[in-house]
Amino acid sequence: MAADNVAVPASEINPVGAQAEREQRKAGLEPAGPAGAFDWMAALRSAGQAAFLAGVLAFFFIGMSTDIAPGGLVLSYRWLGLVYAIALVFFGRLLLEAFIFHAAPASARAIAAVVFILVVIGMMAYGLPGSRQANRLLVGAVLGALVVAVLYVVARWRSGARTAARTKRVEAAPRFAWLARAATIVLLLVAAVLPFLITTFFPAQQRQYIDLAILIMTYVMLGWGLNIVVGLAGLLDLGYVAFYAVGAYSFALLSTHFDFIGFWVALPLAGMLAAMWGLILGFPVLRLRGDYLAIVTLAFGEIIRIVLLNWYQFTNGPNGISGIPKPTFFGLEFVRGSGGFADFFGIEYSTIHRFMYLYYIILILALVTNFVTMRLRRLPIGRAWEALREDEIACRSLGINTTNTKLTAFAIGAMFGGFAGSFFATRQGFVSPESFTFIESAIILAIVVLGGMGSQIGVVIASVVMIGGIEMLRNLDFLQEIFPGVDPVQYRMLIFGLAMVAIMVWKPRGLITTREPSAVLKEKKKIGADLVAQGEGH
Amino acid sequence: MEYFVQQLVNGLTLGSIYGLIAIGYTMVYGIIGMINFAHGDIFMIGSFIALATFLILTTVLGFAFLPVVLLIVIIVAMLFTAAWGWSVERIAYRPLRGSFRLAPLITAIGMSIVLQNFVQITQGARVKPLPPQIQGGITLMTGQTDAGPIVVQISYMQMIIIVSTIVLMAGFTLLISRTPLGRAQRACEQDTKMAALLGVDVDRTISLTFVMGAALAAVAGFMFLMLYGVIDFYIGFLAGVKAFTAAVLGGIGSLPGAMLGGLLIGLIEVFWSGYFTVEYKDVAAFSILAIVLIFLPSGLLGKPEVEKV
Repeated sequence: MAADNVAVPASEINPVGAQAEREQRKAGLEPAGPAGAFDWMAALRSAGQAAFLAGVLAFFFIGMSTDIAPGGLVLSYRWLGLVYAIALVFFGRLLLEAFIFHAAPASARAIAAVVFILVVIGMMAYGLPGSRQANRLLVGAVLGALVVAVLYVVARWRSGARTAARTKRVEAAPRFAWLARAATIVLLLVAAVLPFLITTFFPAQQRQYIDLAILIMTYVMLGWGLNIVVGLAGLLDLGYVAFYAVGAYSFALLSTHFDFIGFWVALPLAGMLAAMWGLILGFPVLRLRGDYLAIVTLAFGEIIRIVLLNWYQFTNGPNGISGIPKPTFFGLEFVRGSGGFADFFGIEYSTIHRFMYLYYIILILALVTNFVTMRLRRLPIGRAWEALREDEIACRSLGINTTNTKLTAFAIGAMFGGFAGSFFATRQGFVSPESFTFIESAIILAIVVLGGMGSQIGVVIASVVMIGGIEMLRNLDFLQEIFPGVDPVQYRMLIFGLAMVAIMVWKPRGLITTREPSAVLKEKKKIGADLVAQGEGH
Repeated sequence: MEYFVQQLVNGLTLGSIYGLIAIGYTMVYGIIGMINFAHGDIFMIGSFIALATFLILTTVLGFAFLPVVLLIVIIVAMLFTAAWGWSVERIAYRPLRGSFRLAPLITAIGMSIVLQNFVQITQGARVKPLPPQIQGGITLMTGQTDAGPIVVQISYMQMIIIVSTIVLMAGFTLLISRTPLGRAQRACEQDTKMAALLGVDVDRTISLTFVMGAALAAVAGFMFLMLYGVIDFYIGFLAGVKAFTAAVLGGIGSLPGAMLGGLLIGLIEVFWSGYFTVEYKDVAAFSILAIVLIFLPSGLLGKPEVEKV
């Protein structure tokens, strides 16, 4: 990228190497066609093609639906929906052509934008009689304008990025590092007082928000745990949820069979059992490379789930295990009356205390995971992991026992999964195989990759964006006012999937694209994206 | 013996379906080295398109002659599903061409979630039952067991599935080995950069690989619909995982390997359910995969990886 620039070492500006350069070009840094005239014919043609494709794709799915009727299956038609879909794609593509794909002159952009907004208004207003018509016209105008505004900002930002790439502004590295450290401290402080912030500012929804914070922290912890396997050791694990399940079921079974086992006793046991499973699975399969390892770990995840589902005598099958004890605070239970937490400390009893306590447990567990990972990275074993990720043959030549190195990564990752699992069990008070499907593994892996580069803070950002965002969709009741008969909750996973694709296409390396090296010789240099073989699975 | 033959027939039928899906996985893996997680859902899309087309032809247009109807259903399903396969590649994978390896894997998982939920929202979450359209079959042999007489039968539907799989495979092998497209495809598989230098349109070849894989998955979806008569938005996941297992078992990247792996997985599953327990049939299939991989790390027919330093 900066091959012609001799004054500044390339590695300090940007990731070196062809791969990163290619990604940058794809991200829109190449000239986007000649400025000036806008080729309306070409734009219309490509919009027509896109609309035709949309019609083909949507014909059987939006255009009609198969419904169960007394006499067998019948078809019902939604031609209007099909027309809407095609029209949206046609005019939306036109808009993209004008704003993103070409640097069209302002007049062409204005025409495309106005047409698009009019189409959206027409769609919103069509077929709705009565007094709400005016409202819907307004909503249509706002929606259309919103899309145009977003595209305009994106177009501006991209042209800005283009000029920046040409002038090669150099970001001062030390200042950036200082900023990052400050941001980390602020984040930690916020995380530490978050429950009190929630109870102070949102007393009406405190339980819901603390629950959400617990959920996000659980995924942060799982992400950090998987990061040891994927980000540090570079092994692609598609069955991480298996260890989560082992942890959850260990605690559930131990606590329901033995009265004296509470959360704090079961926690290390669950971690150990999960780590043992990591070893048992890892031992035969870690000789496999890349995708073979991926499919075997996926298969292992499914095997665990199927066994939990069908071993009725042991796991109670699909009904799951209930009555799992809640964690205690040094023996104090979170109950009303004497001997409880509130009574002991002389404060007023509230159900929220238990949720706050759960939040602090998962926060501490997650921070322990993070701390251990950061420390391990500096130990010989951590360096061996990272070396193994980059080049297995070199590692073997240097006398590193690759099997043992991989096994420790697998087992330690599994152990943290087990911790998280046993926390999950105590939080829910109930476990069933339903909670440990492949989609969970996929979400955790997605968080690690979307975070980027095996970055610890990236995992946090990705969890907050993906998990928090998706749970926030539950609260969008006002959407029902705009689109009657549409339940936004239904669209959660669809939006989740689309967001995964969009973020990955937008930033193929994840949200954080450089990392600090674990070990340095004399001076610290940023590690570029393409120098990390994350998940290559040697 | 009779029971064994019956299970063999059932296993071959199921294996054909897995094999057809596995080809899509193995071709995509061979050419761009990624696990196309959305492929199982393309199979599901294919079965939904087949169902809708079948209903249009029989209930709306009133066609009654079944062979023609089925032929049209297959062709329509292949065409429309191919469009889905092409679009998925264009939207989610092509922008990440040349990026690092996990990026397209994550978009593939994302696409899989999108397709499942899209179908769930537009078509509803309930299973769609279709009564068996082709009844009857040929009795191969009869015998006597302790539990009573046993009849080994191969139904017409099973015959159609096995025969059409053989025909498709033959045609597909010809396509890959004889046509310019197949040559381009093999060239890209061996060395994408060199193929591009020699004038092969790599993007187009990769797109066509997805199109072919999706078309074969559509046929598998049609067969699944006709054989089992129930589909829902979630069938793609398990079928996809099994088919991918089959592709890995046969040696990923190898076309005959995919077919062989598919047949093996189908047979293992059916025999395990027949002789042991139905619940653990997936465990059996996955365990065999793990065992085979431990001893043959690149699958049954896969090329051993050469480590270059």
